[in-house]
Formats: sequence, C-alpha cells, structure tokens
Amino acid sequence: MTGKARTAPGSRRRSRARSVSTHPVAGASHALDVDALIHDDHTRIVVCCGSGGVGKTTTAAALALHAAERGRRVVVLTIDPARRLAQSMGLTELDNLPRPVEGVGTPAGGSLDAMMLDMKRTFDEVVEAHAAPERAAQILTNPFYVALSSSFAGTQEYMAMEKLGQLSAQASGRWDLIVVDTPPSRSALDFLDAPARLASLLDGRFIKLMLAPAKGPARIFSAGFGVVTSALNKVLGTAVLRDVQTFIAAFDTLFGGFRARAEKTYALLQAPGTAFLVVAAPEPDALREAAYFVERLTQEDMPIAGLVLNRVTVPSPGLEAERAQAAAERLDDGDGDDPLVAAVLRVHAEQARRSSREKQYARRFAGSHREVPIVAVPALATDVHDLEGLRQIGTLMAG
Amino acid sequence: MTPSDSGPQVRLHIVSGKGGTGKSTVAAALALALACDGKRVLLCEVEGRQGIAQLFDVAPLPYEERSIAVATGGGEVYALAIDAEAALLEYLDMYYRLGRAGKALDRFGIIDFATTIAPGVRDVLLTGKVYEANRRRDDDGTPEYDAIVVDAPPTGRIARFLNVNREVAGLARVGPIRNQADSIMVMMRSRRTAVHLVTVLEDMPVQETIDGIAALRESELPLGHVIVNLVRRSPLDEPARKAVLDGRLTADAMAAGLGTAGVRHSPELVEGLLNEAVHHVERLELETEHAMTLDRLGVPLVHLEQLADGVDLGGLYDLASALREQGLV
Repeated sequence: MTGKARTAPGSRRRSRARSVSTHPVAGASHALDVDALIHDDHTRIVVCCGSGGVGKTTTAAALALHAAERGRRVVVLTIDPARRLAQSMGLTELDNLPRPVEGVGTPAGGSLDAMMLDMKRTFDEVVEAHAAPERAAQILTNPFYVALSSSFAGTQEYMAMEKLGQLSAQASGRWDLIVVDTPPSRSALDFLDAPARLASLLDGRFIKLMLAPAKGPARIFSAGFGVVTSALNKVLGTAVLRDVQTFIAAFDTLFGGFRARAEKTYALLQAPGTAFLVVAAPEPDALREAAYFVERLTQEDMPIAGLVLNRVTVPSPGLEAERAQAAAERLDDGDGDDPLVAAVLRVHAEQARRSSREKQYARRFAGSHREVPIVAVPALATDVHDLEGLRQIGTLMAG
Repeated sequence: MTPSDSGPQVRLHIVSGKGGTGKSTVAAALALALACDGKRVLLCEVEGRQGIAQLFDVAPLPYEERSIAVATGGGEVYALAIDAEAALLEYLDMYYRLGRAGKALDRFGIIDFATTIAPGVRDVLLTGKVYEANRRRDDDGTPEYDAIVVDAPPTGRIARFLNVNREVAGLARVGPIRNQADSIMVMMRSRRTAVHLVTVLEDMPVQETIDGIAALRESELPLGHVIVNLVRRSPLDEPARKAVLDGRLTADAMAAGLGTAGVRHSPELVEGLLNEAVHHVERLELETEHAMTLDRLGVPLVHLEQLADGVDLGGLYDLASALREQGLV
C-alpha cells in the first residue's frame, strides 16, 4: 500500500457486507444448504421456530424474499414483525390477507406475498365458516369465546396453524412455497401442542359433563357428578357456570371440525414437503431452547432441515485474541503514540474472544445433535428493517 | 418517580422484558440484591421454563419454596416455580376445603380446562400465588418475605398478565373469581409494587419497552425502572470513534502501529481490523441512538454492563452489586 489514505478524509466509511457467506461450525457433521432447500421444488412449507429474540421473523422474511427472487412463488406468514420491518414489506394494516410485497426482484419469475396473522379474526372466520349464522352470532358474543379468541395462551399458536392450513389449501396455482414464522411462545412448541391440547380437551369428560344438562340424564356420571357441580358452583359462581355451559353448548357443533382440521394441519407438518428451521442465537439460553426444539420435533416425526445460527460474531481472521490484547498493551507501555491503534486492537480482541465463546456454545449443541445441519449467519452492524437488509441476510444465509 | 422515593418501600418487584434481553438474569440478580443484609427474598417464575434452576445451577424446582442462594451479608433467596395446576388445587383446598371434590375436578378434566383453556384464569392463578406469598405472615405477624421478585412474562404480554381484572371482566362480573381478581389488582396497583422492564440497546426491544410503558400506564400499573442490560463498554472513546468513521485512521497508520507493537501484518489483516473497527463504531452509534430514545422517556434508568465471560453464578452477584450501586434497591 502507498501512503495515501484508504478513504478520502471527511467521507464516512461504511462497512460492506462481509464476503463470508456461511462458515462451518466445528462439530456439525454437515453444513445446512439453505439455497438447495428453497430451490428444491419439493419444499412447499418452511416453518421457522425458536425462542424469543433470536431473529425468527427476520429469518422467515429474509428466506421468503430470497426464495422469491430466485423464482419461487412465495407467501410468508409473519406473527409479530417489528414495526419498521412490517412497513417495509407493506404490512401496514392487519387485515389477515396476503398482499404482494413491493420492490421484490421478479426477473426469475418468482413473487412474494406477505401477511401478518390476526388471531382473533382468523378464529372468527373459522366460526363464521362452520356454524349457521344465528349460532355463529351467539358464539361470537359469548364472553368465553371473546376471551378465548383474544387472549388464550395457545390461541395464537393454534390460529397460526389454522392459517397455515388455509394458505396451504389455497396455495395451488398461487404459491409454491409457504414460509411461516411461529409465535414467541411461553413454552417452546405451543404451536404443536395447542391443537392436540384442544382436541384432548374436547374428548374430555368435562365437556360431556357441561353438556349433560342439555343432553339428557346426568345419571351417566353418577360417581362424583353431584360433588363436582356443587364444587363448580361454589368456585365459579352460578353466572359463570351458565356462561361456560352456553359457550360449550354453542361450540359443540364446531368441535368436531376443529379437531379434524387440527389433525390435518399436524399431518401437513409431518409431510415430506415441510421443512423446519430451528433459529437460535449463539448464546447458551437460545441454544438450550433450540436443543429442546430439535428433540421435540424429532419425537413428533417433524422433518427438521437444520439450525440457523443468527448474529454470529465473525472476527477478522489472522490475529488471535491474546496476541491482539498483548500488542495493545505493548503499545500502551511503549513510547509510540498509538492509542487509536491500541483501541482498535482491543476491539478485535473482544470480537475474537466473543467469537470463541460462541463457537464453544455452538460446538456443545453440535456435539449432542450431530444429525442437525447448521448454517451460521454473521451479525450485521445495523438492525434490519428494509428489503435491502433482508436481501443481505438472505445472501448471508443461502449464499 | 425517582429511585429514592419509590425504591426502599417496594416489596413486590415484577421483572419483564423482551425475549433475549436477559430478564430472568436480571430478576435473579435483583433478588440477590434485595436479599443483602439479612433479608428474606422470594424469587418466582411463572412460565415453566426452569430458568431460575439453570441460573443458580440447581436441580429443577418443584412447586415449593426452597432456599437457593445466600446473598452478600447473609440474606437468603428462596425460589418458587409457580405452576397453574398446582396453584389451582392448592387454592381450592385453602379457600374451599375441597379435598375430595378437588380430586374429582381433576378427574373430570376441569383443572386442565381451567388452566389451559379458560382464558384469564391461568393468570389469576399465577398472580394469585404471588399475592398469597406476599401477604403471608409469620406467627408474630411479620411478613414471611421482605421482598418478592417475579420473573414475569415478556413485555408484549405483561400488562395483560398483571391486569387480571380486565382478563376476567367479561367472564366473571361477580363471584369468587372476581373477588380474587379484585384483591390481586389492589396489590398490583399499590405503591409497594414496581414493574421493571428489561431492554437492550436494539431496535425491537426498545420499541417494545416504549409500548410496554404505555400499556402499563393505561392499566394504571406502577412502572419501576427500565433496566438497560448487556451494555457494552467500548475501548474507543468519542474522538477515536470519529477518527475511525471519518477514515482518519489510515491503513498506513494502522500498519505502522502494528509494526511498533511487534505484530506481523498483511494488508488483509490491516484491512480486516479497520473494517472491524468501523463495524463496531456503527453498532455503537446505533446503540447511542437507542440510549437517547430511552433517556427521552423520562423514566428511571439503570444500566448493567455485559459480563465479559457470559453469566455464571459469580456474574449474578456482580450484577446484584451494580443494581444496588445504582439505587434500584
């Protein structure tokens, strides 16, 4: 290099996207090839799951954009995107309808639609579609239904799966790839559990008990029936008990349909065209959750494509942390006046230390989950809130 | 509200924050900080994650209060993983003496219905247990715990979780559930309760914090501190940051400095280090912007630095001292 400054004085230097696209994580038997996954026409559904704060929504959106610009006709279902990201995708209103995203490159013949889940509306639509009008009106105004559809801990998960089922049914001709973001659940895989939980509840004796007064002699529940109803009255009060009964009676006709659809969606998730991507950050908590996800998905026979390790620190190669630290200290001690160089060396030492810590966490995960392919996505300096940022993430992820 | 006039008298600390911001770590550190000088503190979790057990490196917690740590100065932290089903059975037994009937309810799947499907009831049960622990007294009438810390649901759900009245309003206008919800609300809105929001200096967590504050205000729930977690200390001071961004640190100067320090260097290494520094400063600038946004909110802030080697038990004690030094306790 000559004595010229690298950048003209006064011009603000900005870092470019790293050329490192994917870098293998030691211990994983193979790297996850995201590009091959989305290029494979057999891949029809990609589900992104992971604990809160690991970049699930961004990953889903970036993957969808990447696939669209490589020729797939994609719809992405997001659950709770950051405001600016939502705006950049044209998701300004929550109307539960997929809309085309502006600014997507289409020379490859692909397209991208996006939608944000409106859980209450999805639930209402299910009720309206499957109950006679008077019955539907009765259900929609029942206080138990109102609360269930707007705040039940599993409703968001359940409705996400319901919506996935709907999109999949409408897909033919319009979309050939559905990318789904999953809700930040209280327990990791609520979206798998909610339908089963609902189904098991509907088969439960409680529902039959509640329907009993309407459906005939209570004598079938001889053992404990009296004790139970009197206990319920005592705890809930008669007014609440009446509401519960009305709710369940009104819902009775719908229950079978719910169960059938829940089972269908579950089967769809297990089907060969589905791929689960577990998303994590290189931190112990997130990776512990990821391990749990992988184990649960395996138990449930859900097809895991691999782990996306987001926001990985990539220090510039060629200088170890200890040496950088020692060099900075030598500069401090010496006569040369290089505080700036010393500080830059310290920045590097910090990055390198962080990177080895992250690698250690990733190795621990990979060591106990050798069958899971991993792709690491380097951290960007800035937050992602436009298509360009998503495109950059997509390139880093899929090459 | 300033730390000094709200801090000392608060008994119930609710800690929320977006996923990934470290709210469980902060809740644990806060419990340790409160337990200093011989106090008894109860640390509760409500989401069935067993996060407390992992942080303190103990076996998974049962539905039972047990001592898990001794604080500086001899206080003690007790931990409890609140489970909605167990809380319901306990509640039925305590208030209605439903020994046999309670079991019958369980057999009929009613416990399951109440805790998983019946909306709002679950939160009444979880917060109800906190309420019970908060008012529990020893034989001589002194409170069993000097303070209670709840590792609560994330910011997006916190107001709904705490505002159990609104949750059950449509379901139970009168009756026992309503009465229970009313008592819980009195405690939640009291001056002796504070809801702390944990954030990091990133886009979404800061936005969620702003939304969370608005939601708490709307529900008349008392905001405590906003705790800015994982704050990074930078080796670069303000002039150095400018020099890096403006390109005044040239490749030649960098190469010369590396030479002085005795580091063998290639043009790639020099380029790499400079790029890394730019990347670092860009991140810092963004963090400064987010920090200014938080400053403008006019709410009490506390800052916790990122621990160099990740969180371990020793780190929790360091965070606890930092919380004390900044007057949160």
